Amino acid sequence: MTAQVKYDEVEEGAALPAQTYKVDRVDLVKYAGASGDFNPIHWRESFAKSVGLPDVIAHGMFTMAQAGRYVTDWLGDPGVIVDFGVRFSGMVVVPDDVGNELEIRGVVEKKLGDNLIVLALTTRVQGEKVLTRAKATVRLA
Amino acid sequence: MPINRDYIGRSFPPTDPYEVSRVKIGEFADAIGDPNPVYHDRAAAQASGHPDVVAPPTFPIVFTMGDTGSALTSPDLGINFAMVVHGEQRFVYERPLYAGDTVVCESTITDIRSAGRNELLTVETEVKTVDGEHICTAYNSLVERAGAT
Repeated sequence: MTAQVKYDEVEEGAALPAQTYKVDRVDLVKYAGASGDFNPIHWRESFAKSVGLPDVIAHGMFTMAQAGRYVTDWLGDPGVIVDFGVRFSGMVVVPDDVGNELEIRGVVEKKLGDNLIVLALTTRVQGEKVLTRAKATVRLA
Repeated sequence: MPINRDYIGRSFPPTDPYEVSRVKIGEFADAIGDPNPVYHDRAAAQASGHPDVVAPPTFPIVFTMGDTGSALTSPDLGINFAMVVHGEQRFVYERPLYAGDTVVCESTITDIRSAGRNELLTVETEVKTVDGEHICTAYNSLVERAGAT
């Protein structure tokens, strides 16, 4: 259980490579099944629109999971995350025909002691932030 | 309608034990589109120093969300779930969650307050194995839109 990234080789302020993750309706259907969250705003367009939403929206936890994947892909090992939190600040609208795309970026915000660092993450859809205060504290090698 | 402040500090009984299975972890990882072998292959997880397949960081939502939901359905609490959206989520991990763990959740409503026209409710959930080993703590903030009006 060891990160592939070494604490001594990481500088405060360093940017991680940006990544994009596609989200389509089928992803939301699969996520509903796997997570047990069957709220119809995430899969039934007529219902989503009837409660004032522009269209079907992604589960907040699906978006958080993509931010988590961004961190664990960089780390190599998901077992070294010690703290991971987000605020859901915007909707991820998922149109039937084209879906949408999450663009995730990360910066090494702080080096703590004991090989721990804090990553600050930004997640945008069509240029708008959908997660704020997204941070992961991870233990590097 | 405001959420009933009498519920601040209210704890709920431990949940029934939840068995974390390799199949469920694999299904969840597939659903988030993550092919990381430590989520799918026991040998790969063991080669990385884990005892078994690892659960993705947000996996605990599978059993903590349902627990939170059922703890909050009392009509006396006064939440209109049609207006609820997820405000914030945080996990603080003592160790990774593995296939083979059997966990119980204990939830406490730690805060209820208004923010503008909305009502905010925060639930803290301790996730432990049935043997009492602490695995993680989940913090879940729900927003009831227009609840304060």
